[in-house]
Amino acid sequence: MDDENLLFRALADPARRTLLDRLHAHNGQTLAGLSQGFAMTRQAIAKHLAVLEQANLVATRRQGREKLHYLNPVPIHEIAERWIGKFERPLLGALADLKRSLEGERP
Amino acid sequence: MTQTAASTYVYVTYIRTTVERLWTVLTTPELLRPSWYDMTLETDWKAGSPWLLRFPDGRVADTGEVLEIDPPRRLVLSWRNEFMPELKAEGFARCTLELEAVAGAVKLTVIHTMDRAGSLFIEKVAGGWPRILSNLKSYLETGEVLLKP
Repeated sequence: MDDENLLFRALADPARRTLLDRLHAHNGQTLAGLSQGFAMTRQAIAKHLAVLEQANLVATRRQGREKLHYLNPVPIHEIAERWIGKFERPLLGALADLKRSLEGERP
Repeated sequence: MTQTAASTYVYVTYIRTTVERLWTVLTTPELLRPSWYDMTLETDWKAGSPWLLRFPDGRVADTGEVLEIDPPRRLVLSWRNEFMPELKAEGFARCTLELEAVAGAVKLTVIHTMDRAGSLFIEKVAGGWPRILSNLKSYLETGEVLLKP
């Protein structure tokens, strides 16, 4: 399967998107940390993480005895660049800021 | 939840080139500039030497020291923002670049870390690295930077 199919297949699963959200909130977590509060076995989560790593959406680093998982934003950036032209980007940034401020988040 | 008292981002990209060629681009200011917001890098690439990145208008963007250099595989820099006071106040971050040959390509890993939780600097550079790495990939694979800053 080519890289692009791996990427979109990895993103197609809601559990895997939740794992990415969790890494986005707290980058550099162990499997044990990521498994907390998930109604799924650790083995199932490890499989999802392997799919994410194969798609280059997650990078892992060893730190002592621990394996830490990091969200790799590079492929997401490439998806965005593919369909968002440089002339549209400032406008979309402004719209995203507006949405965030209207929804009460700090822009 | 396992959390370390540091802020770290890891960036990985695969580029169809050789480690030597990628290393040359990363360490040659004229070759790096198109991928790096048209900034100029100044250093002699010796361990212990200072480095700095300059905006096209001459202002200093970032500075640091070359902590480790092992051509063409590993480069470790200390790194401080110089143009945003709230980022400069966080002090020096550490940036590690690793180049590893994999089947027909090079795996480039960039690890940018600051020894404090919730570093604003690490959040800010998280917007810049993906673009720089995508630019390096297009530059090395097609000879062009498609995405100007």
